[in-house]
Amino acid sequence: MFAIPLLLGITFISFMVIHLAPGDPVEIISGEGIPIDLKPLQDFYKLYGLDQPLHVQYWNWLKRIVRLDFGQSFAPHGRPVIHMIRERLPVTLALNVIEMLIMVALSVPVGVTSATRQYSTFDKSTTVFVFVGFATPDFWLAVMLQILLGVHLGWLPISGLRLPVWEYLPFWQQQWDFLSHLILPITVATFGGLAGYSRYMRQSMLEVIRQDYVQSARAKGLPESVVIGKHALRNAMLPIVTVLGLSVPGLIGGSVIIETIFALPGMGQLMVQAVFERDYPVIMGNLVIVASLTLFANLVADLSYGLIDPRIRVGRRGRA
Amino acid sequence: MNAFWRALSKNRLALGGGAVVLTLAVMAVAAPLVAPHDPHKPDTKRILEAPSSRHWLGTDQVGRDVLSRMLYGARVSLAVGFVSVGIATAIGIALGSAAGYHGGTVDAAVMRLVDLMLVFPRFFLLLAVLAFLTPSIWTIMSVIGLTGWMGVARLVRAEFLALKEREFVIWSQSVGASAVRIIWRHILPNAMAPVLVAMTLGIPAAILTESGLSFLGLGVRPPHATWGNILNDGKEVIELAWWLSVYPGVAILLTVLSYNLLGEGIRDALDPRLRQSVGRFGGRGR
Repeated sequence: MFAIPLLLGITFISFMVIHLAPGDPVEIISGEGIPIDLKPLQDFYKLYGLDQPLHVQYWNWLKRIVRLDFGQSFAPHGRPVIHMIRERLPVTLALNVIEMLIMVALSVPVGVTSATRQYSTFDKSTTVFVFVGFATPDFWLAVMLQILLGVHLGWLPISGLRLPVWEYLPFWQQQWDFLSHLILPITVATFGGLAGYSRYMRQSMLEVIRQDYVQSARAKGLPESVVIGKHALRNAMLPIVTVLGLSVPGLIGGSVIIETIFALPGMGQLMVQAVFERDYPVIMGNLVIVASLTLFANLVADLSYGLIDPRIRVGRRGRA
Repeated sequence: MNAFWRALSKNRLALGGGAVVLTLAVMAVAAPLVAPHDPHKPDTKRILEAPSSRHWLGTDQVGRDVLSRMLYGARVSLAVGFVSVGIATAIGIALGSAAGYHGGTVDAAVMRLVDLMLVFPRFFLLLAVLAFLTPSIWTIMSVIGLTGWMGVARLVRAEFLALKEREFVIWSQSVGASAVRIIWRHILPNAMAPVLVAMTLGIPAAILTESGLSFLGLGVRPPHATWGNILNDGKEVIELAWWLSVYPGVAILLTVLSYNLLGEGIRDALDPRLRQSVGRFGGRGR
């Protein structure tokens, strides 16, 4: 239930960000210096309710967005914002879910191996990777990979989701084409996060394997694979779930850059376009949807916490 | 304090990072003296020249010297890093100490605000604000600062919650010291260790954010040279002039890496237990 005040808060902040910022949307659209008492401009103010006091505007806006009506884009096509978002949301969602799965799938074994073989060559080289991965600007890595793998070697397509001739390709080529378009963006997007997760996983595992119950599992004569894979891993995963939840806004925020560079038609690209065009219904709609999405992801992380660790019952647990 | 320096001086990686950080700061401050050319002066006879003895890192589309532009760019990056982290830290300390010291409704209100702000993916929030502001270095700094204080607020609050029960605080309260005085003179100095670490790790995050925004063309505007700007220019001509795209990226990477190494070194030297509370997440500034 705590989600409802937060949802309200999201709409409030999104509204304030746009309305408290200096610069009048009408002036921005019409060009500065045009006298504001022109009749068409006044009609425009009326049309969007901009002549009313702020709290009335907020209330009216809120009443509309409850029905997911975010108004119409200022762009010449004037499409409803929610339609534009509905087109783009699946791309961003799919990218982020795939990224998360890959990051978990890779960072768990890497982290566990580093922890169980602390100070080995493997551990040391992953530590170097972690620091470099963390410091690499994703937009730069993206451009470098585009040039190297896309242009010079010609192995992978560098932008978009499909070839223009996609429809005419045979079935398997269609699948490969789609997949090959995703390889570069997903590699870049997972790079930095992978570093962070592996580090966390290592840290968490190091703490767990020192504990008594791991020793007693060994003393029982269980094979090391069971001790690590079953007894230790489950507890070591707990902090990772929290970190996963916390990193959702970062991942979604990162898709702004990834989608822009690789020309993927997702929410991030939509946001950048809207910002350049000062299309403020789209900006507000985007902000609300993206923040609600993060809120939802945090909820899921909280719930899955209880699934992994039966000691925690969600109902009993206050929000940290 | 001596123990701190001893621990830090044993950490070679942190020292290396510190050396790079220091060199960079000196070069940035001394940019007008050390830059071999005028960073803003076009030279139409030397457009997109490859690195040579005259232009160590080559020239850009209008014949400006890339090395000089990167030196001036370091000024912008460092200034944005320091100022925005300063703003974020000030807000974080103010709200975090109020929440931690007073507890109750103040605490609840501040922490809900923190929760709320953390729900917004930072890049989306930044873009939304920037869409309606006239772009300048100052707006970028303030916007990055205003969207980055939540971590510090949480840290400071946690420290305050622990410290306010200690004898020296209770003693000060019993002799009638004002809340502001107790917070400033007694609790805050004891709570600064994690804040210092968070600041050191916050600077590279802010630098990454600024260069990302500038790369998108929404950050610091030309004619100011920034690393992100140079990369943005460079991506148009990457086939002709790799140097425009490689060097600024390497500069960002090295800078962020050095700050992170230094920050982690400081953290471990101050108090290894801080590993728990001052993590590296959020370190990428998205």
